[in-house]
Amino acid sequence: MKYTPVIGLETHVELATASKMFCGCSAEHFQAPPNTHTCPVCLGLPGALPVPNKRAVDWTLLLAEALQCQLNTQSHFDRKNYFYPDLPKSYQITQYEKPLGENGQLEIAPGKIIRIRRVHLEEDTGKLQHTQIGSDRVVLVDFNRSGVPLVEIVTEPDFRSLEEVDLYVKKLQRIIRRLEISNADMEKGSMRLEPSISLSGDEVPVPLPNDQLPPYRVELKNINSFRFARKALEYEIQRQSELLTMGQKVLQQTRGWSEDKNATFAQREKEGEHDYRYFPEPDIPPLEFTPEELEAIKHKIPELPYPRAVRLINQYGLSDYQADLLTENKDLADYFEKAVTTAAKNVSPKEIANWLINKKIDIAKLSPQALLAEIASAKETTTISDEEMERMVREVLAENSQAVADYRKGKTQILGFLIGCMVKKIGPKADRNAISQKLQEKLRVS
Amino acid sequence: MGLNSLTLREAQEGLKAKKFTSQELVKDCLDRIEETDGKIRAFLAKNPLALKEATENPQGIPVAIKDNFNTSGLETTASSNILKGYLPPYDATVVRKVKENNGIILGKTNMDAFAHGSSTETSDFGPTKNPWDLQRLPGGSSGGSAAAVAADQAIFAIGSETAGSIRGPAAWCGIVGLKPTYGRVSRYGLIAMASSTDSPGPLTKTVGDARTVYHWIKGQDPHDATTVDQGEGTVKEIRDLKIGLPKEYFRPEGQKEVNETVWQAAKVFERLGARLVEISLFDPQYAISVYTIVQRSEVSSNLGRFTGIRFGHGRETFNAENKRRIMLGTYALSAGYYDAYYKKAQQVRTVIIDDFKKTFEKVDLILAPTMPSVAPRLGVTQGQSMYGELADILTEPSSVAGLPAISLPCGFVAGLPVGLQLIGPLWQEEMILKAAEEFERNTAWHKEKPKL
Amino acid sequence: MSQGLTKAEVQHVAQLANLPLKEEEVVDFSQKLSETIDYVKRLNEVKTTAVAPTYQTGGTQNRFREDEITPSLPPTEALKNAERQYNNFFVAPDVWD
Repeated sequence: MKYTPVIGLETHVELATASKMFCGCSAEHFQAPPNTHTCPVCLGLPGALPVPNKRAVDWTLLLAEALQCQLNTQSHFDRKNYFYPDLPKSYQITQYEKPLGENGQLEIAPGKIIRIRRVHLEEDTGKLQHTQIGSDRVVLVDFNRSGVPLVEIVTEPDFRSLEEVDLYVKKLQRIIRRLEISNADMEKGSMRLEPSISLSGDEVPVPLPNDQLPPYRVELKNINSFRFARKALEYEIQRQSELLTMGQKVLQQTRGWSEDKNATFAQREKEGEHDYRYFPEPDIPPLEFTPEELEAIKHKIPELPYPRAVRLINQYGLSDYQADLLTENKDLADYFEKAVTTAAKNVSPKEIANWLINKKIDIAKLSPQALLAEIASAKETTTISDEEMERMVREVLAENSQAVADYRKGKTQILGFLIGCMVKKIGPKADRNAISQKLQEKLRVS
Repeated sequence: MGLNSLTLREAQEGLKAKKFTSQELVKDCLDRIEETDGKIRAFLAKNPLALKEATENPQGIPVAIKDNFNTSGLETTASSNILKGYLPPYDATVVRKVKENNGIILGKTNMDAFAHGSSTETSDFGPTKNPWDLQRLPGGSSGGSAAAVAADQAIFAIGSETAGSIRGPAAWCGIVGLKPTYGRVSRYGLIAMASSTDSPGPLTKTVGDARTVYHWIKGQDPHDATTVDQGEGTVKEIRDLKIGLPKEYFRPEGQKEVNETVWQAAKVFERLGARLVEISLFDPQYAISVYTIVQRSEVSSNLGRFTGIRFGHGRETFNAENKRRIMLGTYALSAGYYDAYYKKAQQVRTVIIDDFKKTFEKVDLILAPTMPSVAPRLGVTQGQSMYGELADILTEPSSVAGLPAISLPCGFVAGLPVGLQLIGPLWQEEMILKAAEEFERNTAWHKEKPKL
Repeated sequence: MSQGLTKAEVQHVAQLANLPLKEEEVVDFSQKLSETIDYVKRLNEVKTTAVAPTYQTGGTQNRFREDEITPSLPPTEALKNAERQYNNFFVAPDVWD
């Protein structure tokens, strides 16, 4: 029986604000010495109170808008209560009922839409390290990361393949980076994925009505690279298929990925763990946005990567492949367009695109003008007289009689080799087109 | 020299006129504490640097701070064993402001552990006694602060009210207690009980003193997102005031003599020109349930941070009352019960708020007894599942509505103080203080002192 | 009449609340909690259809701070009240997975 994966994705993105979400400690925690960026608020000391970071709210609205969400004019924070050593207050301030953005979408390929259920803002937890002190098994806790602003983006279970997940993640990452709100780096932990996956029998439409969703969902957590996410998902597809094929049920549970075992494993769940007792955060007044304020957000969205790619295709005749690569980041796309607009008439956008893509240009070191100069000089060809050309062609044909014989027998690809011999004689700036023509002329004559 | 019995205004004037020094003032208070606190037990951690600070600050005035306010470097326990030995790395905003206005901390005062009570009997370190009768309770949860002021151990004190915790002890100890509007005074550094009603406020010997301290501590604080810089509104003259007396607050279950005493005191306002009007308020008994659910729910969440990892001791160290409140709160918020309890309570809260709004369209202030009876004997709270919340029936409605209110001494019953409260609309502290001051000017209850 | 919390329910709530309870406490709380719950059910006497809940009385909204860094506590201050610390980390028992 063929099963189709039904996948949803929860993504957490650390916002690159200077300070934390609810206090003024530096939000820069990567490799900082332990507990050097803490204060009563992010340590959860008695009496401390949270005050929201305005920029974090603005940036979340920006992302929600870029993902075509409906922005709520009324929003607020909620408390999510549970106990864990990396959660200092034993509650996380997050958004439950009225997130900043809802019901958006991201088109990952022509005609393929992933619906975005919600975009909301919350605070990050501290970091744990499991270790042993003497014979004591302990966790060491560092609260530098506690309170850093996180945006959570939740999709509907609209993915039907790992390729789609791949496309979505890359697209989302590009948009986030283009908005300059985070470097969305999975290695550094500033972008984290939590896929959830179940399997359904063959034809599974998108969107899937709620009553037709598979009767279980496996959530994959604590996966710190996109490679592991793919491996975990592949493993799960296999594991779940096997269970279902044997007529067994797949347990609804949370699983992690073990790189050592090359497998997912069940994470221990405590009974009642999911009763978070959400209630509105009493220490933070609600958020209210006027229609004018929300309208202004629309104008703050720059040209995003995908629309820009479409424009490059239409405006400059680039291929999908070229446009995709060139819009990977803003700097590269800007560089390309600068080069195109200042190029001479005989240098086409496609040429410039090819150079940028194929020749590993370091755009930080080579200015667009300098690149154009290189392209121009490469187009210059060494001129030789007709007599020189004749002489050299005769020489090459004489020096390579076997090749000539093979060519005449039908191995036309030998022409490339013969062109190469000519180039060796003339120099790297030889006019390959002219050489090719001359050779072919001579080769026809038996 | 007996300087400890001065009011705040007298102490300030005396220091300015150099009639005495700040050290002498502090020393008299410390001596008084030495003499009397063995019996009263108002104080927990004492500030060993008080005299030294007085030497460095010639305008210094000795103050007692309730032990749920963080004081940097000075043990802060909220009267709970779980925080025994806790040294805060920061000052609460209110503490900072008091210090900026020359307050010299004598020490931290006893309270119900985590403010979970209205008697100070549920302190983990033993109850505070009422200076008027050492067999009785001073009220709570700011019992230590109230007793310290009533016994002239401190010139003034800082307390906090979630529902009745400033007004109640002020009434039972015969002093002035002001509960400002919720959002008027910063809660930053106040160990949280019910986040949506906690209000720091002064406990003082006179209304004028309360006004002075109120102006020191009020104001928007960048560390507390719920604080507001709100104006004071128009203040009416007494003869232009309409004062409502809600019949539901003069309860038949309450002490008859207390009701009568307050009723007599109300006549003073009438003699001064105010109009007294009988009004009907939404039955205050419902506020008990609203408060119990909302407070205990917020408590259950606020006390989650006490895990013994970053500070304090393990959760088994909470006392029985703390645990019961955490449990009830957790239950009320849990899956399947949220709508029936927490949400329902917040809806009835709206009903209470609207009732007050409508009432304040007809009257300027509400006058009523602060507590339905005088101070009870020690031991009264044992074995009760809701003692505190039931006792605070007359203060809970205005607390859940966030309204400002004051309690003033207005008489005695069998030698024990009786307090009357004035409740005003949101942000109208000045109107309340003016009316209270007029009353005080025309009576002498505030001058009575307990015999110790 | 009295709904009464069963021992099992009390234990469940205690687990959610991360409160280790002794046997006597479970019994006592079962009774006291039931009493309290019975009392607060009086709220059902108040009609609240179409009444919006009030979560905050101050009436404010949109209270923010600017994205500016302010000084943090030195690690010694941050850790000084911790019963256990190790190389400037807080230490907790490893009882969770």
